[in-house]
Amino acid sequence: MSILVNKDSKVVVQGITGSEGQFHASQMLDYGTQIVAGVTPGKGGQTTLDDRVPVFNSVEEAVEQTGANTSIIFVPPPFAAEAVIEASFTGISVVVCITEGVPVHDMVKVKRVVNQNGTRLVGPNCPGIITVDECKLGIMPGFICKKGSIGVISKSGTLTYEAIDQLVNVGLGQTTAIGIGGDPIIGTTMKDCLKLFEKDPETEGVVIIGEIGGQMEIEAARWAKDTMSKPVIGFIAGQTAPPGRRMGHAGAIVSGGDDTAEAKMRILGECGIGVAESVADIGELMQNAMK
Amino acid sequence: MKVHEYQGKEIFRKHGIITPEGIPAFSVDESLAAYDKLGSETVVVKAQIHAGGRGKGGGVKLAHSHDEVESLAKEMLGMTLITHQTGPKGKEVQRLLIESGADIRSEFYAAITLDRGKEMDVFMVSMEGGVEIEKVAAETPEKIVKVWIDPLLGMKSYQARKLAYGLNLTGNAFKEAASIFLKMYACYQSTDASLMEINPLILTGDDHIVALDSKFNFDGNALFRQKEISDMRDLSEEDPMEIEAGNYNLNYIKLDGNVGCMVNGAGLAMATMDIIKLAGGEPANFLDVGGTASAETVKNGFRIILSDKNVKAVLINIFGGIVRCDRVANGVVQAVKELGLEVPVVVRLEGTNAEEAQTILSKSGVSIIPAVGMKDAAEKVVNAALGA
Repeated sequence: MSILVNKDSKVVVQGITGSEGQFHASQMLDYGTQIVAGVTPGKGGQTTLDDRVPVFNSVEEAVEQTGANTSIIFVPPPFAAEAVIEASFTGISVVVCITEGVPVHDMVKVKRVVNQNGTRLVGPNCPGIITVDECKLGIMPGFICKKGSIGVISKSGTLTYEAIDQLVNVGLGQTTAIGIGGDPIIGTTMKDCLKLFEKDPETEGVVIIGEIGGQMEIEAARWAKDTMSKPVIGFIAGQTAPPGRRMGHAGAIVSGGDDTAEAKMRILGECGIGVAESVADIGELMQNAMK
Repeated sequence: MKVHEYQGKEIFRKHGIITPEGIPAFSVDESLAAYDKLGSETVVVKAQIHAGGRGKGGGVKLAHSHDEVESLAKEMLGMTLITHQTGPKGKEVQRLLIESGADIRSEFYAAITLDRGKEMDVFMVSMEGGVEIEKVAAETPEKIVKVWIDPLLGMKSYQARKLAYGLNLTGNAFKEAASIFLKMYACYQSTDASLMEINPLILTGDDHIVALDSKFNFDGNALFRQKEISDMRDLSEEDPMEIEAGNYNLNYIKLDGNVGCMVNGAGLAMATMDIIKLAGGEPANFLDVGGTASAETVKNGFRIILSDKNVKAVLINIFGGIVRCDRVANGVVQAVKELGLEVPVVVRLEGTNAEEAQTILSKSGVSIIPAVGMKDAAEKVVNAALGA
């Protein structure tokens, strides 16, 4: 078991013929992900990646002809929102949008559409999802993961890798790791992921990695306090971030209230979540929480 | 991205939102010409900087004659304006807005921004205009009237009426306000604004609604489709090193410490700054070099970090996923050799081919301090900065 994706996920890659799409689709195939189709409007009928993947003009066609139920998006920012909407209306159940730089106004509309259609969107501006040894639906280095019992939820890419590496170093493997993205509006929140991990029988503990900006970590922590039966530990990046500045991620900005690292760490702690003061302590803290 | 008040008002006028007549001026002569052209005896001379609180800082003053405009323009142009939003260093005033005086009966507040929690835009108005809205929100939140706008339906007339009723307006003023609120939302949408604020929005003596100020933040991600807005960018308002970093596709923010850092990924970059602080140092910057971290990227990163003379040591922290650590190591060695660096450089490389990378660094002959793990890296770079 795992969450969101597994060895049976049938993946369509939107934007498969672009350079990012080509590179990462090939990496995902190597990991064992079942990529059944690619989509690039105007290139339908071709095959790509050494004839391993057929290309279609639309997601609808790809779904009809291959039974794809999961999508990953590598199209440029001006077209990314529409790519999500297209996938959502075909009945694809899980959509990961890797694209960085999607306008917020577009995302506000997209979020409403995926909610109405019941599509599970992850991202945008995220590294994707990996269910260890089964399905890599993203751009993370698969080899750093080890199969195990910890779920990982993170707003950041390389910081997720750092956490996974530390977990492996203390002998803890992962079920699924999800990079939810650092934009102000994202498809799947930390709380959504916690709920999924709580229900997953194989996941025994969860790491959440947050950062300054927004209220998502706090919302997740309050839910966990009331409902979560499994141990959760957390880390919040940005203790030294100056207020009012956007720290790389579009959503990483301290704009008043409880969105500072300090406030989030305090509230996580109050909700019974072990908080790593230093990024270097994530692995050890999870190890102690699992004892 | 931000724009000046006078630019914001140009945008307003294009969308049918009434503002006082005004003319931007970059010199004393232009200020006087603007005064003559406006033909209004009383004008407001307003310093144009990208920060609020200008009035309290002495950047907004009334003038009643040619001579007064001249002396105010002389005083303000070139002055350093310090407000609660500029930081202690303040900002140099290079542009003024000369604007016809307005007959103010009441002052209101109106703004639209994204409510991240509700995932909708929120439109807020308040009868407490002209004061800091943060203060109103904290002390008397009931004085703020809000409507949330469905992203698929857009703003509806009844919502605009609710806001106008919330300001206790009647008659012509009510109609004008409701109409302006709809125009504001259309303007917010069509310009990809992430914040649009009018403080104060006024009711004039002759019963009209006028935007006396303008404040915008625009979504940087949407500038590709907002040419008119991106042309309004005033580079002199931004840190020159941050602009240069942007030209190299690097994400750099200057801070006040002495430990430089170069990291791949924004989250890891923040966490690196934090662990430097925990190790007893002060980070000199945020620098995300993105996914590639080639020799060229590393070189540009060094140039930018080291242009800050406070920097006494640099930490490179790369978690190689798709990017291979051996390539990063070669890039670092090449950059250190070519730039002839004098500050100590601590390097922590983890991930794909990390062991090969260690070998490359240790055999390179350049003085690089290798580190294993983030804690070790932070302690080493802080010690190096202290020893320097």
